[in-house]
Amino acid sequence: MRWTIAAVLLGFSTLAMAADVGEIKVAKGDAYLERGKERLPVKVGMPVQEADKVVTGANGTVGITFSDNSLLSVGPDSALAIDKYAFDSTTHAGQFDSTLSKGTLAVISGKMVKQSPDAMRVHTPSAIMGVRGTEFLVKVDR
Amino acid sequence: MGAVAVIAAIGLAIFLLRPTAPKETIVVLPSADGHIGTVVVQRGDTKQVLDKPYATSRSDDDKIEQLSANEVKQEFGPTLEALPARPSSFTVYFITGTDELTPESKADLQNILAALKDRPLPDVQVIGHTDTVGDLLVNDRLSAQRAETVKGFLVEIGIPAGRITTAGRGEREPIVRTPDETDEPRNRRVEINVR
Repeated sequence: MRWTIAAVLLGFSTLAMAADVGEIKVAKGDAYLERGKERLPVKVGMPVQEADKVVTGANGTVGITFSDNSLLSVGPDSALAIDKYAFDSTTHAGQFDSTLSKGTLAVISGKMVKQSPDAMRVHTPSAIMGVRGTEFLVKVDR
Repeated sequence: MGAVAVIAAIGLAIFLLRPTAPKETIVVLPSADGHIGTVVVQRGDTKQVLDKPYATSRSDDDKIEQLSANEVKQEFGPTLEALPARPSSFTVYFITGTDELTPESKADLQNILAALKDRPLPDVQVIGHTDTVGDLLVNDRLSAQRAETVKGFLVEIGIPAGRITTAGRGEREPIVRTPDETDEPRNRRVEINVR
């Protein structure tokens, strides 16, 4: 019984922690946010949360602004997971991990990378990219 | 004979269905302000450092390739087009002791508003400041009033009030450090941060 209550409380605290970390600013064509078991059609103004996955169809593109001013865009036929996002707006400390499993991605790094060069990493099936204050593109051809 | 054909067919099928490693491409771009940062690509035990504009790392090539701006546009066009507008910051200045803009800032404001008008769904942060003339508490109120005045201009051009946050920092965050009771036009300002 006690464990059940603990598990329920833990469940609630996990829900409460799913804070908005960014916002969809650009949305075209077929594009979805996968959040847990939900599949939400992407619309401009929709909040983005840690653990969300952005999935686009053949004509879909999505642009996201994150709370540290990192900018990301995902091209057609792509899948990008927001694995980890944390940002302290006072100290500018943070961590941003994402994984592009297929398709294309454009990245403009934000305030957390200025504060700490190792704060942002992009993963692909075969590589890990460390980012030192820059703009770059990634493509995974399957 | 038939068996050989079957084995050959199975062999061909296995060959065609073999898992192929995805081909990966990473390209560094020159940023809007001309600054070039660095991307470090770690692939197994090998590490590549990309620190020149359009330097390109490919998963099936050990060497760093150099693409042209045009090739990058062809490979990544729709993705680049989907990037959100870059965050930007503006500052306007005030006549001493008031929330009235200086004549120069009145002119600047028109350009700022024009630049913000077409931004889809902007988030705006408006932060007011004062110089050190006057009482700390009075300056707190004055800085907040300056921020509210600027917010009013932004709402007038159609930015939803709910997307604008305001704050007054009083005389705590001067651009130019001064002794108390110093008239300093550069400190009488409002910062507008947009993304």
